[in-house]
Amino acid sequence: MSDILPTSAPPSVPAKKIAGFKPDLLMKENHNLCPGCGEPVALRKLLEAIEAVGAQERTIGVIGIGCYTSFGSGIDVDLVQALHGRAPSVATGVKRMRPETLVFTLQGDGDMVNEGLQEVIHTAARGESVTCVLLNNGVFGETGGHMTATTVLGQRTKNSLEGRDAGYHGYPILIGDLLAQLEGTAYAARGSVHDAASVMATGRMLRRALETQEKGLGFSFVEVLTMCPTGWFIPTAEGPDYLDKVMGSVHTVGELKRKAHD
Amino acid sequence: MGDVNDMAGTTSRGTVTIETERCKGCELCIPACPPDVLSMSTEVNEIGFRYPELRPGCTGCSACLLVCPDFVFEVYRYETPQQYEVTP
Ligand SMILES: Cc1ncc(C[n+]2csc(CCOP(=O)(O)OP(=O)(O)O)c2C)c(N)n1
Ligand code: SF4
Ligand code: SF4
Ligand code: SF4
Ligand SMILES: [Mg+2]
Repeated sequence: MSDILPTSAPPSVPAKKIAGFKPDLLMKENHNLCPGCGEPVALRKLLEAIEAVGAQERTIGVIGIGCYTSFGSGIDVDLVQALHGRAPSVATGVKRMRPETLVFTLQGDGDMVNEGLQEVIHTAARGESVTCVLLNNGVFGETGGHMTATTVLGQRTKNSLEGRDAGYHGYPILIGDLLAQLEGTAYAARGSVHDAASVMATGRMLRRALETQEKGLGFSFVEVLTMCPTGWFIPTAEGPDYLDKVMGSVHTVGELKRKAHD
Repeated sequence: MGDVNDMAGTTSRGTVTIETERCKGCELCIPACPPDVLSMSTEVNEIGFRYPELRPGCTGCSACLLVCPDFVFEVYRYETPQQYEVTP
């Protein structure tokens, strides 16, 4: 069609660059996550938040095991690879030995809420000065889309083909709400990446969580709901709506706790 | 639809660079664009996916960049808005 504009190169007339392809702390754009995955979208906002608080030279990340782990070698901050579910405890050790650093964890729901649930609870209860980030897609994404502790009732996964049933599978754990109740938790929020506004709001939550750590106020936590169209067996274009309606109606988005913040 | 395209038609306050070879065809950027100036190509890229194409009316809002999982977009705002002749 004739009215399609050239977009293969930057504009030739005077224009201001508003945003680049990738955040500066990501070393390359190409990755092998699925089409329509929400995890790279959340990762962009996390890396931008680290830069926004000016901590890019003194950040140590501890990452769990899931699809997002393949970004590990391509992120320009120091990283420690933890065993499944153990990232908050490893982060505790890192921060106590190197209190001048900004320490974050990155985990999936299977990693954090199934495999290592006690780790994040105790880390929050102790009020450790670390920021734990959860990418919650309601499935063990990397290993094929099986039910996790955050899968909502009625949700189809590889081992709940008829939908999660409370009587048989139990109820989902709303991890953000649970952590928010603990005295050691200074900041807790749940964001989403189902549209541009929610991505921006998630970016603000991540920044506030890191600022909470920088001010030494206690444990901080951001849960980000992310699409996993592959694990949910749905077309990529339906992912955002599914995330918002199916997961977001149970794991409701918003700030859950903001203690002594500014 | 017709009136949206007519309205979107003539002035671009911004533009995007689209790295089509990185696109995985998920289509998340299409409904994310407020003035509805992105649509999927009929051609496919080297890895077999259709990719977004831009028509006049971009505001440089960055919504496409924010929702794209594959870092396909770069966003610019023109110093002087660009006018286009568009067939409605
Ligand atoms: C101790 C241990 N058990 C099981 C696995 C296999 N495993 C690797 S990734 C993964 C799924 C992780 O799911 P989640 O944390 O939700 O991350 P996602 O892939 O959905 O982002 C599992 C079970 C492992 N690596 N280590
Ligand atoms: S399986 Fe799900 S979480 Fe993993 S890369 Fe694919 S869409 Fe993303
Ligand atoms: S910058 Fe905004 S208006 Fe321009 S193509 Fe992207 S979403 Fe559409
Ligand atoms: S959101 Fe990104 S990867 Fe998906 S179709 Fe648009 S440009 Fe391609
Ligand atoms: Mg998961």
